[in-house]
Amino acid sequence: MGLELDFSVVLERWRALLDGAALTLQLAFIAVICGAAIGVFGAIGRRGGNALVERLCGAYVEAIRNTPLLVQIFLVYFGLSSLGLKFSAFTVAAVALTINVGAYTTEIMRAGFDSIHKGQIEAAEGLGLSRAQIYWHVIIWPGIERVYPALTSQFVLLMLASSVTSQISAEELTAVANYIQSETYRSFETYIVVAFIYIALSFVMRFGFWLLGLALFPRRRRLGTPL
Amino acid sequence: MNAHSAPPAAAAPVVALRNVHKSFGPLKVLDGVSFTVPRGEVMVLIGRSGSGKSTALRCIDRFETIDNGEIEVCGRRVDDARLDVRALRQDVGIVFQSYNLFPHLTIEENITLAPHSVKKVPKAEARALAAKVLAQVGLEEKLHAYPEQLSGGQQQRAAIARSLAMQPKVMLFDEVTSALDPELTGEVLKVIEALATEGMTMVLVTHEMSFARGIADQVVFMHKGKVHEAGSADILSSPSTPELAQFVGTGL
Repeated sequence: MGLELDFSVVLERWRALLDGAALTLQLAFIAVICGAAIGVFGAIGRRGGNALVERLCGAYVEAIRNTPLLVQIFLVYFGLSSLGLKFSAFTVAAVALTINVGAYTTEIMRAGFDSIHKGQIEAAEGLGLSRAQIYWHVIIWPGIERVYPALTSQFVLLMLASSVTSQISAEELTAVANYIQSETYRSFETYIVVAFIYIALSFVMRFGFWLLGLALFPRRRRLGTPL
Repeated sequence: MNAHSAPPAAAAPVVALRNVHKSFGPLKVLDGVSFTVPRGEVMVLIGRSGSGKSTALRCIDRFETIDNGEIEVCGRRVDDARLDVRALRQDVGIVFQSYNLFPHLTIEENITLAPHSVKKVPKAEARALAAKVLAQVGLEEKLHAYPEQLSGGQQQRAAIARSLAMQPKVMLFDEVTSALDPELTGEVLKVIEALATEGMTMVLVTHEMSFARGIADQVVFMHKGKVHEAGSADILSSPSTPELAQFVGTGL
């Protein structure tokens, strides 16, 4: 018996697939921007001074790292609705993904910030820089440069993991695929096409982060050496 | 005397330690240390590793807090818990053994960072300042290089330039040539010598005895957390305590 593949019925729904891919990228974009901001503050919180803040940031990271993403999504989804708050599936998905990636980003950024040598901070203190200025100029940027490859991987992973939000009917790529395959009965073909679209999205993201890295880290652009 | 608000008299020393005590846990590192550095003078701190000389230097810039005694720097009481540490550090330049240039910034950015962000010097003015201090240390052509592209001696000179750009009233040097080979050491010491000639007040911790002899207005030999012997550079040639005699004997 032969394997008969018919992609035509899938491909003729390219419009829906494209919309789904766009929504996936939008979700990833929002979660990466907000997650990176959470990561910077979370990492500072976990490192610096205040025991209560350190514990809170630590608890956040551990809670997220030790529960499945799908459960986190359901918690946000049902949590908000039990508070009587009505949000679109997209909003819920974006919030849940942000909370998730924020925790992982906190840990990665903390590793980057911790890698900054004490002598660097002393030199900055000796020049009279304030704590905030030291963080900004001497810890955050070189720290992020060091862990930039790990951050890129985490953010691409997040984009792929956003497929889970199809469970709460966010109309992203996987949700679109589920719909197409139920309509066409061409399940295998549908998910082959969708897998290729995800690969393409991953490449797009990696390329974007590579470009962003060139803009953010001029030393690396000029010398090509790791910090 | 009202040390918190009184402006320094013209003759007041730039740096004064009075009976300073400091322990790290059970270990007494400074045991009643006193010395003064008048304006325009160069003081060299020598002593064995662990004698407390680096700690004494770091106390001047409040990188260490003391248990007892008084430290006065540029009219500020450094031992006062209410000290404005950032204001102190604008008056005091410090250079470390390990250079500590910021690796992700060009030499120019390393130098303009503090004047621009701390003293709010406009960018263009800060860049002019960077060119000036780099010329002072003989590195004008390295303005746009990154630290890793420089030799150790060049990095240390750039670090000195970075401190000078804040126009400090006193410079502290903490074993700044200990990581360098003799040739690179020479180029760094020349820069320090030139600063001395220009009248910069300086405190140096160093193991370079012949350099100390040439540059020091005052030499303080520390031993077991105390000032064991102090005087002009002559004490290096004719020490009066056996400990210093032994130290310079092995140090040469």
